[in-house]
Amino acid sequence: MFDQFAAVDLARAQFAFTVTFHFIFPSFSIGLASYLAVLEARWLWTGRSVYLDVFKYWLKIFALVFGMGVVSGIVMAYQFGTNWSVFSDKAGPVIGPLMAYEVLTAFFLEAGFLGVMLFGMERVGKRLHFLATLMVAVGTAISAFWIISVNSWMQTPQGFGINAVGQFTPDDWLAIIFNPSMPYRLVHTVLAAYLTTALVVGGVGAWHLLHEKANANGANAGARVMFSMAMWMMVVVAPLQIIAGDAHGLNTLQHQPAKIAAMEGHFRSWPQGAPLLLFGVPDQAKGEMHDVVEIPKLGSIILKHDPNAPLAGLDAFPRDQWPRVAILFWSFRIMVAIGFGMVLLGAWSLWARFKGRFYDAPWLHRFALLMSPMGFVAVTAGWITTEVGRQPWTVYGLLRTGASHSPLDAPAVAASLLAFVMVYFAMFGAGIFYILKLMARPPHPSESGLSHDVPLRAAGITPIEV
Amino acid sequence: MDITVIWAFLIATAVFLYVVLDGFDLGVGILFPALQHGPQRDTAMNSVAPVWDGNETWLVLGGGGLFAAFPLAYAIIMPALYAPIIAMLLGLVLRGVSFEFRWRDPRHERFWDFAFAGGSLVAALAQGIALGALLQGIPVAGRAYAGGWWDWLSPFSLLTGVSVAAGYALLGACWLVTKTEGDLRDRALALARPLALVTVGAIVAVSAATPFLQYAYFERWLQAPGIFYVAPVPVLVAVLTVLLWRALGRARKWGGHDTAPFVLALGLFALTFVGLGISMWPYIIPDSVTIWQAATERRSQVFMLVGIGIMLPIILAYTGYAYWVFRGKVRGGGYHN
Ligand code: HDD
Ligand code: HEM
Ligand code: HEM
Repeated sequence: MFDQFAAVDLARAQFAFTVTFHFIFPSFSIGLASYLAVLEARWLWTGRSVYLDVFKYWLKIFALVFGMGVVSGIVMAYQFGTNWSVFSDKAGPVIGPLMAYEVLTAFFLEAGFLGVMLFGMERVGKRLHFLATLMVAVGTAISAFWIISVNSWMQTPQGFGINAVGQFTPDDWLAIIFNPSMPYRLVHTVLAAYLTTALVVGGVGAWHLLHEKANANGANAGARVMFSMAMWMMVVVAPLQIIAGDAHGLNTLQHQPAKIAAMEGHFRSWPQGAPLLLFGVPDQAKGEMHDVVEIPKLGSIILKHDPNAPLAGLDAFPRDQWPRVAILFWSFRIMVAIGFGMVLLGAWSLWARFKGRFYDAPWLHRFALLMSPMGFVAVTAGWITTEVGRQPWTVYGLLRTGASHSPLDAPAVAASLLAFVMVYFAMFGAGIFYILKLMARPPHPSESGLSHDVPLRAAGITPIEV
Repeated sequence: MDITVIWAFLIATAVFLYVVLDGFDLGVGILFPALQHGPQRDTAMNSVAPVWDGNETWLVLGGGGLFAAFPLAYAIIMPALYAPIIAMLLGLVLRGVSFEFRWRDPRHERFWDFAFAGGSLVAALAQGIALGALLQGIPVAGRAYAGGWWDWLSPFSLLTGVSVAAGYALLGACWLVTKTEGDLRDRALALARPLALVTVGAIVAVSAATPFLQYAYFERWLQAPGIFYVAPVPVLVAVLTVLLWRALGRARKWGGHDTAPFVLALGLFALTFVGLGISMWPYIIPDSVTIWQAATERRSQVFMLVGIGIMLPIILAYTGYAYWVFRGKVRGGGYHN
């Protein structure tokens, strides 16, 4: 009924589905953990209770996001073996240790201090509690470092050999960890997490500013803090992200030119300067673009800083090594458009600040609200660009996707895919609903935390009742 | 010592720590239906809420460590145990999210309690089934799994499934005796006695069945000279069983003495784990792949050994600290508002 081909495709769909869901949560919790650390630091530093209120407000949301990130992440740790066993066997000696380092240096750190961060304020006091928050934030960043290193090695492998049974073997760990695309991808992804978080925080702030104009001091003080901090992030980080993205693209051009050709929609090579396509409908079968809207020479200016520089198109590569152009072309454009949208939001907010109407600018607030989920869209579009553009390889240029998967029967993969889809949509759907519910109420003065008014008792202090 | 042997011990240690640590918090989940709605369940959940994530991280180290140190074993075992592994993961998703969702949505508290209990039970059963399926042997051809997707299912694997679930429930009950007070402690104590009987019965049944799965097991457990080396294990199991039984009785009659049952239950788990090691050694996939055949490159082993040597003491230190912060009995509504 099903052949092997179907089993690979189902396994790919399952991996893509579970990892896309997983990454939604880290991209929020990496940013939120740092944001919480900053809020708690400002509270300790200034003593202003509004920071504590905002801290506690987001802490409740963080607990939900983090929990969903953890359980969907545990799934990922096993997906390599269940779905990509040949890949695991072959690449294990190189990427296995990096993932083990992630567990040892990041996951335990996050998990160890998470309990104290969520429930321990009354038990350990302010300073130790701040330390716990900081450790969780540091843990999320270390986690990003290792997993991005793994992913980047699969994109731009180096520092390895191949042994008698066909496994990749490590020759130079530093070359493996800091492989050519890793620094770019790490910076770009971490900035993306900060921007995603800032958009959500800013959107929530904007929502409450729109709805509770009347009491500008009480309940609104927290909303103001959120909105203002988030907009400063837009002003500073959004332009940096464009610079980082541009640098990342140049790096990709150097190491994965076929990916760039597909992202830019160039089936044909341009010996005399390539245009930048703003719009077009890719036709992979015929190998051409329809309905093109383009700016002449701009493609070469961006990628080569020279209007007449030649640029390779997909025709320079064997056809069985082409990634899927339509997905890449559009996912890349979506990400970039949202990037510019963020810069616009930052610029607008700056202008409103100078005009002194920052907290009283309904259209600005509406725009911030509109943008608030866009970070997730951009992040997902970015990863799709990265991953689909790597095809048809799992380890770029070396190991084909079609030769990486587990010897599984299609019905087994189909059944588990179905189970994942149902459970994920139900569970994480509910989680997102609870998050929205928490966000719908404004932060209150003396906001309750997770461990509010609970008398906890240490052993031995009070005798046991019989 | 041979570095591959060190790695085998490290992975075994990670799996053991996972089994006992997540064992008790999965056990609390399994026992949920037996606890009263309201304060009993709230307190039971709160007793594990601050530590469950850390406990589950040992599973990530076990799986990730297997991938890193024995990639071939990882690549064969995961497809072979596909269905139980996926079931375990989905079970862990269900129960993991319930920790928070339950408090966020009082109207559907019963639903999330059900998800918490069901997810815990499914995860425990799936882990036990996976263990049984591994022990009974996995067909391997070349460097890949060569069986079908139902091979894991057998009377033996179902027996190990139920055994692990019962054992976790026992750990959970003893944990609640240690960490709670009043009617919840008494309830957990009342549950612990039958669970102890079931668990020990399961240990006996699995031990009786294992030697007949493969000749190598038979030789090791039931023939001279093997039997003289391994005899202390069943003897110690018997001793611990008696001690556990008496500790539970003492705790019930006189109150107090609340930590002993948990410690003794941990001891039982440690012994069964040693027994498992005796059966499997030196194979990582019984009868077909040894630890040396599955081992990764030496450079990878060394690189990770440096990391684990530095990190493990630090991890144990702050994990211990986290447990210490939440030491003592949990009372009332718990850590949530
Ligand atoms: C550590 C490695 C790693 C990381 C961090 C990611 N992926 Fe990936 N991804 C893979 C490792 C991988 C893979 C195992 O290598 C797959 C499976 C099949 C394949 O070719 O690559 C893959 C496939 C894959 C596909 C299917 C591609 C296709 O069929 O053409 C998509 C859409 C994504 N991934 C999306 C993502 C997203 C949204 C990520 C963001 C978190 C992500 N991946 C992170
Ligand atoms: C296929 C790739 C991935 C795997 C196998 C994976 C694995 C995991 C696992 C096992 C956990 C749970 C850890 C725990 O028990 O505490 C987790 C959580 C986490 N992961 Fe991933 N992950 C992947 C992709 C990513 C990426 C691309 C990033 C970031 C750039 C990332 C960042 C995080 C973070 C920050 C957490 C902590 C929980 C959270 O913040 O939601 N992960 N991941
Ligand atoms: C206009 C600005 C942007 C440019 C030029 C840009 C460029 C790029 C490029 C070239 C890639 C790499 C694809 C590859 O070769 O593997 C990428 C990936 C990615 N982008 Fe962007 N990007 C921009 C804005 C954004 C924004 C605003 C976000 C999110 C908030 C974002 C999130 C991501 C993510 C998560 C990835 C995948 C990880 C990675 O490969 O770094 N990008 N981007």
